[in-house]
This record gives sequence, structure tokens and C-alpha cells, in this order.
Amino acid sequence: MTAPPDPTHRGPDPAAALSLRGLWKKFDDKIAVAGIDLDVPAGSFFGLVGPNGAGKTTSLSMATGLLRPDFGTAHVLGTDLWAHPDAAKARLGILPDGVRLFDRLTGAQLLTYAGLLRGLDRPTVAERTEELLAAMDLAADRDTFVVDYSAGMTKKVALASAMIHAPRVLVLDEPFEAVDPVSAANIRDILHSYVGGGGTVVVSSHVMDLVQRMCSHVAIIAGGHVLDAGTVDAVRGEQTLEDRFVDLVGGRRGTEGLAWLRTSSDSS
Amino acid sequence: MVAHLVRLKLRLLVNTLRRSVWQTIGLCFALLYGLFVVGLLVTVAIAGGRNDPVLTGQLLTVVGAVVVLGWWVVPLFAFGVDATLDPMRFVTFAIPRRRLLAGLAVASVVSVPAAVTLLAALGTSFAWASDPLALLAALVGAVAALALCVVGSRATTTALAPLLDSRRYREILMVVAIVPLLLVGPGIAWLTSGAERSAGPEGVTVTASGPEPAVFDALAQVADVVAWTPFGAPWAFAGAVHDGAWGLLLARLAVVVVTLGVAWWVWDRALARALVSPPHSGAGGKVRGLGWFGRFPATPTGAVAARCATYWLRDPRYAVSLAVIPLLPVALAAFGLSSGAGVGMLLVVAPLVAFILGFGISNDVGYDHTAFALHVATGVPGGADRWGRVLPVLVVGVPLVAAMAVAAAGAAARWDVLPALLGLSLGVLGASLGTSSAVSARLVYPVPKPGESAFKTPQGATVATLVAQSVAFLVVLALVLPTLVLALVALLGGATGFGWAALAVGTATAAGALAAGTRWGARVYERRLPDLLAQVTAFR
Repeated sequence: MTAPPDPTHRGPDPAAALSLRGLWKKFDDKIAVAGIDLDVPAGSFFGLVGPNGAGKTTSLSMATGLLRPDFGTAHVLGTDLWAHPDAAKARLGILPDGVRLFDRLTGAQLLTYAGLLRGLDRPTVAERTEELLAAMDLAADRDTFVVDYSAGMTKKVALASAMIHAPRVLVLDEPFEAVDPVSAANIRDILHSYVGGGGTVVVSSHVMDLVQRMCSHVAIIAGGHVLDAGTVDAVRGEQTLEDRFVDLVGGRRGTEGLAWLRTSSDSS
Repeated sequence: MVAHLVRLKLRLLVNTLRRSVWQTIGLCFALLYGLFVVGLLVTVAIAGGRNDPVLTGQLLTVVGAVVVLGWWVVPLFAFGVDATLDPMRFVTFAIPRRRLLAGLAVASVVSVPAAVTLLAALGTSFAWASDPLALLAALVGAVAALALCVVGSRATTTALAPLLDSRRYREILMVVAIVPLLLVGPGIAWLTSGAERSAGPEGVTVTASGPEPAVFDALAQVADVVAWTPFGAPWAFAGAVHDGAWGLLLARLAVVVVTLGVAWWVWDRALARALVSPPHSGAGGKVRGLGWFGRFPATPTGAVAARCATYWLRDPRYAVSLAVIPLLPVALAAFGLSSGAGVGMLLVVAPLVAFILGFGISNDVGYDHTAFALHVATGVPGGADRWGRVLPVLVVGVPLVAAMAVAAAGAAARWDVLPALLGLSLGVLGASLGTSSAVSARLVYPVPKPGESAFKTPQGATVATLVAQSVAFLVVLALVLPTLVLALVALLGGATGFGWAALAVGTATAAGALAAGTRWGARVYERRLPDLLAQVTAFR
């Protein structure tokens, strides 16, 4: 098996926050990601959208060092992630989807753990832990075990532990899933001010509306390929992002069929 | 509904097998093992039945009662053993409860344990082959016994589910469950020695070294009592028929029918309640402040050590092996005293505890499960990860093991072997910790996931577990072999010099194994970081 040729033959963009070239991953006989090229400009709020099973999580895992790609490279601010993982990971904050946390720790302990693992000193960790708990509305639950947190609280504490070392790039897989609207708005504010301060955020989501309102750039991926990428306005053109997405990905069907589901037609 | 659920169960089984070859192999081994046990049992029962059907029947009653009791009680501890048809999954389907219950009952017969139980029960019935009427009664009893097993176990697990759902209770229950398991050995030793000295004041013995009438009398008495319990009644049908005691047969039949009815009713009620009040984990405990994180140094190594220390105390999967340690000396002393080996048995305690502690981290990444992603994401240096996992065990283990060695030498009045014992214990601790550090970076195998019962063995894990553990065990053995030889010579009355040599060699082994194991482990860990995560992610 040989690497599929990169059609554009462009090297990685050293100025980009995240620069992926020819990422390729196969699980058993299923190709999850089939040669993804993507540049996330530094300072952008980047949305990654795609239908279920499009390869979003696989791509983000390979872009952040959680999953070894079969082929391809990932550069974080010009550093080759898979060649120099330590240097690249220090600039990355990651919120993976579908992994456990060390949930026998309390919220405060988990954040402390993440901070100390990143090599921060104790006063810094203590200060940032407090501020993050407050920002995530978790201050009241700081001494509760994470295993007893609700799904939304778990997401928030995982997000906080991804930010504690003040990374230059945040990669968040489905950060708003199960998070209540008030907390979601607070998190969006935090992320916006982080981008305003020069940081880069990559989020994956299925919620087109949210991506259209929140993000400056977007990439649409399906079937393991990037279908379109660029600024949100360039990608969506005159349409809403949702219509553009459906046009690209396809799969909409008419409303005929399922006639029996109309309760008015059958009163039994 | 019954046919539906049985088909669903079979389909689920086939699909699990399709997912991995190892699971198929695991199931084949389970089946072969089950068939072997069944074959053995049936052969013994038939041979015994040809000799003395009444005595064999009594023995079968007692053994059968233990089996039924096992069905009722074991799933409480090994929770989630067979959750393929969890009733909660049918909540949204609006199936009438009676039909659901009948379907679940029949479907739960489709499993390896149920099949083995049924085969064994039917096969051992042929102990009565000489008496056709009794044989018929035994076959009926066998089917009734299986029904009791299945319905009873569903009743106990469903009725106690609310209790088991609360994490706190389940964890306490799990640790408590270890105690009777550990006392089984000494209990049997005590019983045998009791039978050897005399038949005992009450004569309650179940094992005998020869055909002593007192033992058979005792067996008859026990079997008589057991036959009146719900667990033993179905197994005693044939005996009653053989004796022509029709009244007795009716009474035992009544016991079985009433028990089945009550168990069915309890299951029905409990299921009705469970279906409308889905499980929720109540408010758990709280810990103020940072715990160990405030006490260990603020470095990545210190952080990993603090996290591991927290887990050893708070995660029942680790806490179980800690709970064993204080029980070991008790169990060994009891065994030594009763079997006549004397308190010399206590000398084994310190090296054994050292091994349990050191081996406890031999699959640490597997225990982390996907929470390990945090270590991957943060890029923890390999050395920090390896040493962080070793340090808490070392800090507690060295003084603990040394104290146990001193106490054991004192209790056995063998102060002369103290240096040898110290050397062996420290050597085992260091060698097993070093080996664990290296092996856990290379060989990862599925273990119960965080929050699951510590006694649950994940399906299809048998082969991988066996390979990883035997490799680790052999390496530890090879490493401590020189120390072991020196210590044994000292123990068996060699010159005192051998003891001191064992101490020196043991300490050197420990230091060397720790240094080399963590170093090699760290290198492998750093190279395989994403692959380790991929491996634990694949455990479902």
C-alpha cells in the first residue's frame, strides 16, 4: 500500500495554527479518513462540520497526537507534531470526544492534575484552577467526584483541563454537547475572548447554526474528505451554512413515505 | 415474545463472536472447560450411583444446593455478568410485563453457565439409573433446579439492583465479598482436620479420608436438612421416590413450587418498579481540598504519584488488592495452625504481599482505560509516568513489607532468618515493580472498566490476560531466583552468611530491576504512546 499522492503538492503552511497534509487512516477494512488537507489560519475560530461518521473525530485525533495516522503530517504552528510531539503538544489544548476522565478525582483535583502534568508550578495551577472553576460555573462542585458530575458538567471540566496551560491552539471535539445554554454562552464568550487575544480555536459540531454564528472559518468534511473550506462567508455564499452543507453532502430525501406516522390519518 | 428474545440473545452472541476471533476462542475454551467439568461430574455420579445410589443422592443434594445458592448470590458481586438482555433496554417498547418476564426467563437459559448447569443436572440424574422411577423424578428435579437457578438469580439481582446501583454500596459489598472467599481455604482445612481428629462434636463434616461411618452419618444429616431448603429440595426428589416416601416427595415438590412462585413474584414486582424508576447514582462522597495533590511535589512525577495514590484508596479495583493484605496473615496463620504446618507459614506473608503490591500496577494503563488520553494529550514524559505509578507503592510497600517480615520472623520465632526474609521480600517488591513498569508499557489487556465490578472479567480477555500475566510472572521469578535460592538455604538451616547474602542480593536485585524496568518502560512508553491509547480504546 502506498501513500496516495497529494494532489496539490503544497507543503505544510508554517504560519497556520494547524496544517494537515494527506492525513489518512484505515480501521480494519474501513477507511475513516482518506487524505485530508487542511490549513487552520492562526487567530481563527475554525468550525469543522460533517455528518455522523464523516471522520471528524478521527481527523482531530490525528491532528492532536492522540491517534497515529497511517500517512500524512500534522503541523502545529510550524512544528511537526509526529516528529516533535512534546514541543507541539505544549502549544495544544485538547478536548477529545468519547474518552473517560480520571473520574475518581474531584473537579478541583482533576484540573490540578492536568496543570501539574503540563509542568506548571503549584501557585499557577492553584490560581488557574480557581479561575477556571468559576468561569465554568463549577465552583460549587469543586469537591464533588467527577464520576458524580452530569454529562454537561463533565464536558465543562474536561474543557477547563484542556485550557489550564494557556495553549496557543485549542482543539475541541463537540464541546457544546449536553452543555446547558447558559454555560454554553459563557464558554462561547471565553472562547471568543481567547481568539481575540490571539489564540486559535478549532471546534467540531453538527450544529450548523452555531458554527455559522460563532466561527470565522469552516471546513465541511464527509466520507473522510474535505469538501469545502474557507471563511464562513466564502463557504456559504448566499445560502445559510446548513443549506450549503446539505447541498454538498447530499442525502436529503423528500417527505413522501412514512405516511402511517401521520397520526391524523389513523386515530387508532 | 419468548421466541423473539431467545433469537435476540442468540443473535447478540453471534455478533459478539463476529467482532473478534479471541472471543470465539474464549467461548470455545469456556465451553470445553464446562463440558470437561460436566463429564467428570456425570462420570463420578454414575459410578457412585452404581455403588450406593442413596449416598450419591445425598451428596448430589448438598452439591446441588451449593450450585443453586451460587446462582442466587454470585451475580450480586459479579454484577453485569450477563447484561445482554438488560430489562432496562426494553423500557421504551411497551411490552406487557408478563410476556417480557417469560421471555427473559427463557432467554437467560441460553448462556454457557445455564447450559452447563442443565447438562450437569440432567447427567448426574443417571446416578439413579438402577431405579427408573427415581430417575424420572431426578430428571424432573434437574429441570426444576435450573428454573430455580435462573428465576432466583434474576429475582435477587433485580430486587437488589437499587442497592447495587448506588456506587458506594456496590464498592463496599465488593470488598466485603473478598472475606468469605479468602476464608474458604482455611475453612476446608479446618473441616478436614476436624474429620481426621475425630468426627467432631456435632459431626458436621463433608470430607473424609476413608470410609468412616461417622462422616456418612454427618452427610446424611446435612443432606436431610438441605433437602428442606429451597436450594436442595429439587435435588432430593429422586431420593424420596427411591425410598417410596410419597408424602416427602409432595412436600419437597411444594417447597420448589412455592419458592419458584415467590421468586417469580419478587422478580415481577422488582422489575415493575425498576422499569418506572430508572437507575440514578445518588449523591456521592466529597473530598475537601486537593488530597494527595497538595502533599506530593508539584511536578509531573508527583502529580502522577498523587493520582495513583488517590486511586489505590478510592478505586475498588485497586482497593480490593489492598483489602486482601491484612487478611492474608490471618488466613495463612489459620491454615498453618489447622493443617499442622505451624506458624512457619507466616514467613510467606511478606514476600507474598510484596508480590501483590508490585504486580498491582502490571496493567496500570489498562486500568486507566481511555482516561489515559489525558497523559497522551499532555505529553507526560515517560519517566514521570513510570515513576509516578511506582512511587506510591514503593513508599508504602517498603516499610509495610519490612514490618511484615519482622513480625513474621518474630511470630515464627525464627529471628535467624530475618535478613533472608527481608532480602527476599524487598527483592520481590523491587523486581515486581520494575517488571510491572516495563510490561505495562508493552502488554495491555482488558480489565474491568472504571466503576465496574472488580470481579468481572471482560469477555474475550482470557488469552491476552494469561499471556501478559505469565510473561510478567516469569520475569519476576527469574529476577528473584538468586535471592530465593540464598533465602531458602538460610531458611533450611544454612550458615547465617546465606541470610545476609540474600539481603544483599535481594536489595541489589530490587534496585537494579527498578532502575532498568522504569528506564526501559519509559522508552517503550514514549514510543508507543498513541498505540497504548488505541489499545485501551479498543476495549469495549
